[in-house]
Amino acid sequence: MDPLLLSRIQFAANISFHILFPAITISLGWVLLYFKLQYNRTGEHAWMRAYFTFVKVFALSFALGVVSGVTMSFQFGTNWPGFMEKVGNIAGPLLAYEVLTAFFLEAVFLGIMLFGFRRVSNRVHTLATFLVAFGTTMSAFWILALNSWMHTPAGFEMRDGVAYPTSWFEIVFNPSFPWRLVHMLLASGLTAAFLVAGFSALRYVLGDRSASMWKALKTGVALGAILIPLQIFAGDQHGLNTLEHQPAKVAAMEANWETRGNVPLVLFAIPDEEARENRFEIAVPNVASIILKHSPSGVVPGLNDFEGEHPPVAPVFYAFRIMVGVGIAMLVISWVAAFYLFRRKVLPNWVAYSLVPMGLSGWVAVLAGWYVTEIGRQPWLVTGVLRTGEAVGPVTGGQVALSLAGYLALYAVLLFVYLGVLVYMAVKASKEGDEEPDPAVKDRPLDQPVEAEA
Amino acid sequence: MSIDWPTLLPLVFAGLMGVAILLYVILDGFDLGIGILFAAADTDDKDTMIASIGPFWDANETWLVLAVGLLLVAFPIAHGVILTALYLPVFLLLVGLILRGVAFDFRAKVPIHRKHRWDRMFFIGSLLAALAQGYMLGIYVLGLQQGIAAMLFAALVALCLAAAYAAMGSAWLIYKAEGDLQQKAVFWLRRTLVFTAAGMAAVSAATPLASPRIFEKWFTLPEIVWLAPLPIAALGLFLWLWRMCVHLPGHEDEHSLKPFIVLSAIFALGFGGLAYSFYPYVVPDRMTIWEAAAATESLAVILIGTAFVLPIILGYTVYAYRVFGGKAGDLTYD
Ligand code: HDD
Ligand code: HEM
Ligand code: HEM
Repeated sequence: MDPLLLSRIQFAANISFHILFPAITISLGWVLLYFKLQYNRTGEHAWMRAYFTFVKVFALSFALGVVSGVTMSFQFGTNWPGFMEKVGNIAGPLLAYEVLTAFFLEAVFLGIMLFGFRRVSNRVHTLATFLVAFGTTMSAFWILALNSWMHTPAGFEMRDGVAYPTSWFEIVFNPSFPWRLVHMLLASGLTAAFLVAGFSALRYVLGDRSASMWKALKTGVALGAILIPLQIFAGDQHGLNTLEHQPAKVAAMEANWETRGNVPLVLFAIPDEEARENRFEIAVPNVASIILKHSPSGVVPGLNDFEGEHPPVAPVFYAFRIMVGVGIAMLVISWVAAFYLFRRKVLPNWVAYSLVPMGLSGWVAVLAGWYVTEIGRQPWLVTGVLRTGEAVGPVTGGQVALSLAGYLALYAVLLFVYLGVLVYMAVKASKEGDEEPDPAVKDRPLDQPVEAEA
Repeated sequence: MSIDWPTLLPLVFAGLMGVAILLYVILDGFDLGIGILFAAADTDDKDTMIASIGPFWDANETWLVLAVGLLLVAFPIAHGVILTALYLPVFLLLVGLILRGVAFDFRAKVPIHRKHRWDRMFFIGSLLAALAQGYMLGIYVLGLQQGIAAMLFAALVALCLAAAYAAMGSAWLIYKAEGDLQQKAVFWLRRTLVFTAAGMAAVSAATPLASPRIFEKWFTLPEIVWLAPLPIAALGLFLWLWRMCVHLPGHEDEHSLKPFIVLSAIFALGFGGLAYSFYPYVVPDRMTIWEAAAATESLAVILIGTAFVLPIILGYTVYAYRVFGGKAGDLTYD
């Protein structure tokens, strides 16, 4: 068994599992802060009940994010020692800053945010909520700086085959970083928005009409409707940036086999890498040239420029279409739902029913997006610096196969239980209401109530 | 005076890594210990036991992330060598940490009749993580050997470390619990203390025997004279703790924090001994900290950040422990 292939599958499985949960928590933290501030401002208890319901979702997602993240941090050493040997001088400090400025902040204040409501003043509790949200966002900042550097390395020099930093500013703010950060933060915002909306819509469908359900539902729908146009714009800009720095990736995304002008936008096709052409292609003439070069005759680099050096075409091509398709579905559904909720002040059943499955749409788009990005970087691990095959460690295929099978089984079970618990929580909340204590009246620890009220 | 940064920085980072590992072993030690004690606990006690660690475990585990992170960033080559050599135990450690981390949350959120299932997962995960850590320690102490003898020795260390963690968990419960559960914790502490002492003795005996270099470092004059206080102090603390157990729980809950502190001190002494034995190697007898160190400019960049941030981290960690000081009640999200 090939340890390289198995290690790649294992890395992909682990990071795919990990990203599901940060994608939720990065933004859900801010949504919780919003609930909390709304409560502080209006004094309406429904805000606090919405807070308590979603703080549980947050805690659950956070726990899964943490345990899968710890797995990630061991992966570099167990499977990819070549990575640290070659670019450790650059990857190392970025990872270290993530631990120091983000993980501790999150982890320590998470305790106060989850369990400290009655032990600290309302103000400190709000501050703890803020610090947790801030910490998760900092995590994303550092890890995306590293990941973007792997795509578009800058600010370093090679000495004896090892990368040495020359400018930390250029390393962190490498060419693809700003767009990737914006795009990922928006992606997280959308993931959380649709999760909150979907969760609340499920409660609605089950007959729940409580004030806290409405508040959460409206927050989710409004957030989604605001963010999705921004995301589509940011995604487009991200793509233009990629065209400049990683043209082979864009050629694979578009399944464009030859460099030419008047490139059509391929809506559907089956890319055939043997024959180097598309089968069953459905395309709109000139549109890809217009999107990428702002002119119908614009010349777009094709895969023929990179023969033997470009990523596998089909997965990149399909994944990109899945991401964009989900984005369009998000646009349609969030705007329709927003129209009914905020203009007509009603929620037709069919809208509620379509919001429920959209609850997980963020996950699909995030995974598809990462597959585009990461598979599109192959055969490189660090573009132009380190090939994926050079980084793999001396561990035998049998050992990797064993651990891979273990992780896959574990993740399948955890995902199943996680989703089951979310549904169970929605069902329970819609039957029994949010069974949380009423929040504090004054800004002192002792005012926090002691007993749960039905 | 000019400072020789390329010599000094790896040393500083070795020290920082040592601090992170020690803090991890003490802090997550009591978390994992509580999980191991689940095997002996009644259903009624379990909620209190979880409540006593609920707000802390995540931050405690972060010290492991920091320790591995420092190994990764400061000694990248050693990181690869050690972790590939320990591939399967690391995998088991991670499975254990995953199970106990999620069981924490799932047990409180699944329908009530499934709760005991996640309680069992919490126990299995904690035990697995502790055993894997002990096994890794055993193999590391023997210089990453892979024979059957090394595996047997590592298995022994694994059992003893699990017992030592259970002892830490008991000591923490003596501090956090009241009444019946506190009584039980005292009983558990006495049971597990025996194994802890045996484990430390085994590791202390094996390390010098496995490496002539380490033997040399301990058993020559004058070293032996000024090193002697280390094992003697550890032994003294053990005996003191043993006697203390007889009088616990004290009147008005006096001394309830003492067992935990004494046990932490014992861990620190043992750790100090190990650090002395292995210095200056990160991979025993194969690679020194200077051979494995990352580029000076990278280490400098991390050190600057660390110097600012670590005190802040310690500050808010202490704050959090104070917020959640006192006896553990029911754990609720408020
Ligand atoms: C909710 C999530 C989500 C949605 C709706 C979209 N994306 Fe996206 N996309 C991501 C989530 C994401 C991501 C997970 O955040 C990625 C993976 C890596 C990255 O940088 O962002 C990504 C990557 C990514 C890339 C690859 C960047 C690279 O070369 O590394 C492009 C070109 C786009 N996106 C473009 C779009 C367009 C034109 C969209 C219009 C609908 C779109 N994305 C919707
Ligand atoms: C978070 C969402 C991410 C997802 C879903 C993801 C997905 C993937 C996938 C599918 C591969 C395999 C590509 C292939 O081999 O064809 C891969 C490779 C890799 N990615 Fe990512 N990735 C993510 C983020 C990151 C980040 C943040 C880093 C860096 C810190 C990173 C570093 C790597 C490395 C080192 C590999 C090497 C293994 C390989 O190329 O097979 N990834 N990733
Ligand atoms: C190779 C890549 C990665 C590694 C090594 C890694 C490592 C980790 C670790 C160790 C934790 C646990 C921290 C704790 O103990 O509290 C964690 C959590 C987290 N990670 Fe990752 N991570 C990676 C990729 C990513 C990516 C791509 C993102 C987002 C863009 C991300 C965002 C987060 C966030 C927000 C958390 C906080 C916990 C949570 O919300 O789940 N990580 N990660």
